[in-house]
Amino acid sequence: MPLMALRERLNVLVNSMFLEGLLDQQFRQLQMLQDASSPGFVAEVITLFCEDSERMLTELTKLLDQAVVDYQKVDAYVHQLKGSSSSVGAQNVKLACIQFKQFCEENNKEGCLSALNMVKHQYYSLRSKFDTMLQLEQRIQAYDSEQQN
Amino acid sequence: MAVVAEAQFHVLAVDDSLMDRKLIERLLKTSSFQVTAVDSGSRALEVLGLSEGLTSSSAVSPAHNEIEVNLVITDYCMPGMTGYDLLKKIKVQLMLPHISISWTCFERFMGSLFVSHQGSSSLKDIPVVIMSSENVPSRINRCLEGGAQEFFLKPVQLSDMKRLRPHILKGKSKEQQPQEEETSSTSNKRKAMDEELSPERRRLKLSNYSLI
Repeated sequence: MPLMALRERLNVLVNSMFLEGLLDQQFRQLQMLQDASSPGFVAEVITLFCEDSERMLTELTKLLDQAVVDYQKVDAYVHQLKGSSSSVGAQNVKLACIQFKQFCEENNKEGCLSALNMVKHQYYSLRSKFDTMLQLEQRIQAYDSEQQN
Repeated sequence: MAVVAEAQFHVLAVDDSLMDRKLIERLLKTSSFQVTAVDSGSRALEVLGLSEGLTSSSAVSPAHNEIEVNLVITDYCMPGMTGYDLLKKIKVQLMLPHISISWTCFERFMGSLFVSHQGSSSLKDIPVVIMSSENVPSRINRCLEGGAQEFFLKPVQLSDMKRLRPHILKGKSKEQQPQEEETSSTSNKRKAMDEELSPERRRLKLSNYSLI
């Protein structure tokens, strides 16, 4: 696929993510920080976010599976997840984390379980679009480096 | 093409989140700062030449790797040492209690005894900026009262970077500033300051390497 078409596809994808509320203005900030001296910046941040999030979701699942839930630990992980999603511009995930925090503060196990499911749902929706985004980015980068040779 | 590099200010960034470290690093580099990013308050103290529990005097060692830091930017919420704890450790280097003489006399007296690992300015003059994802007014006030120059809400934006420079320049030795203001017009002020600081900094650094 020609470079122009790839770029177009990427733009359409990112714009749709903004419209759907998956991403917010913080993501635009990340895009602004990417330049010739740091061409892989957005991809790097996205990758870190996904690794971090999946690790935390696993821990949260374990913690809420206990008979007696340690809400302090749960809160610490939710706080972290909320922070990373905020830093990457993952709006829906961040909002779901805010809800989760509420239930945590109330020590509401049912609420926490449903909030965790919501966070997972939002995260995995975002994740699949991020995957497509990264693939497109990679193909675009490949073009750019070909042209330099 | 000019061969001489402009003197760059060096910022020490502290955050336990790898993602946030990448972000702040990129923000700072984009704004022409040199960056060292660490993941904890204790690592930050090591970079500054201060180990936990030791005063700056006991950190003296000719083999010690000196890294000059012009500003510290730290996350508030970190396990172990919080950003606030780090702020206090930087601002209050000396741990001698129960001395009932005026603070400024004490500072001047002690300052003459200790070697500064920061060259021209002492450690406690290093501006500290605190970042937090939570907008808690009491927390913000506590930090500002504790000596923080600024409090940034996360996620930190490119536009926030502009707020750093004025504090870095104030943190430089006071002797340098009036000199620069005399010799440069306002439009070239920043550039001239950057160019003049480099040799000045070096000269002052050498003269501070003496223990009375």
